[in-house]
Amino acid sequence: MAELFQFELVSPEHQLLSAHVAEVIVPGTEGEFGVLKDHAPVVSTINPGILKVRNDDGAWAEYFVRGGFAEVSSGVLSVLAEQAVPVSEISMDQLDQAIRNAEEDAADAKDDQARQKAEMTLAQLRDVVEALKKA
Amino acid sequence: MPSLKDLRNRIASVKATQKITKAMQMVAAAKLRRAQEAAEAARPYAERMEAVLANLAVAFEGRDDAPKLMSGTGNDQVHLLVVATAERGLCGGFNSNIAKLARDRARSLIAAGKTVKIICVGKKGYDALKRELGHLVLKTIDLRSVKNVAFANADEIGREVLTMYENGEFDVCTLYYSTFKSVIAQEPTSQQLIPAQFDTGKAEADDSAVAVYEYEPDEGEILADLLPRNISVQIFRALLENAASEQGARMSAMDNATRNAGEMIDKLTITYNRQRQAQITTELIEIISGAEAL
Repeated sequence: MAELFQFELVSPEHQLLSAHVAEVIVPGTEGEFGVLKDHAPVVSTINPGILKVRNDDGAWAEYFVRGGFAEVSSGVLSVLAEQAVPVSEISMDQLDQAIRNAEEDAADAKDDQARQKAEMTLAQLRDVVEALKKA
Repeated sequence: MPSLKDLRNRIASVKATQKITKAMQMVAAAKLRRAQEAAEAARPYAERMEAVLANLAVAFEGRDDAPKLMSGTGNDQVHLLVVATAERGLCGGFNSNIAKLARDRARSLIAAGKTVKIICVGKKGYDALKRELGHLVLKTIDLRSVKNVAFANADEIGREVLTMYENGEFDVCTLYYSTFKSVIAQEPTSQQLIPAQFDTGKAEADDSAVAVYEYEPDEGEILADLLPRNISVQIFRALLENAASEQGARMSAMDNATRNAGEMIDKLTITYNRQRQAQITTELIEIISGAEAL
């Protein structure tokens, strides 16, 4: 049985996860890194990608995260991501559809503001797809 | 003296108004709970962010290579005021209190010979400022179509402010919003966004207890990455505080209005009854004196 530590996944809107887990793999800017119990204090920014969490029972849970940073201090890992979604809640078909919609939105946007907004969504969605394909 | 019919009409109209204010109060109460929950859910993120940034800021204090977002441009000639208010009225002094704070600040800056630029978030703030300072308002960001403020909304505003800063359009940015203290107390607040200010004293005190971090990539890069994000996070927090404050202010304003309407109905009813009685008495006297004359 793996030793557990406290892990918190927070997005600006709410706290997604606060639990005792065995291992977390974080998509850091300078490469993925795993965190186990008693990890040294570290602060790292994160890339868009998949964050993997191994629970007490050995099962992996995956989250898509984008923008933010991870912090380990006094044995607690906190990941602060601008966007964090469980992978199980995104399906590829939905994503493809969403990307097509976003592309159309960007193409028929009437003013700069609308176009900017559509392009932002599009970029986000492409990030997700890329990250999922890698996984 | 208004006739009985006039009185009846007025009572009916005040009653209708009371129904509306009562409904608005109940809607505000329900929305308040949701807004408060959202504000509370967002708190851990903002607090962590601030703690990490404060830690980093201590290391960079007074250094030449500190990011511009923290050290400032070296001037304070052009000030940008971001005034966040509600999209709707009928919420007591909520909008005017924020506008008043911002207006006072703008006046003293102008008196000191500085240039002032204003971005309004929310229509009501613009309405309150446009008479005196309308020519200084660069733009109004409309969140009317947004039901619950999402981080993306705040991020959009944050990006805009950052682009302006990078283009050298202002030196100091201050955010105006209302802090939610309780349902009956909301405090108009100003917060300096750029150059960023941190409670470094607190971080230093904590430092002895917390182990020294390993930074990946180095401190400078992390700071450069996090400072712009922090702008959006602070704006997001302000918008959520504002949403809760607005509903709180509306709730107490509507509670007052309902009570006032109730008092008015009572008064009007008494007048109405008195007049009806007087009319009956007059009619009786007429009948009796008519019968006696026969």
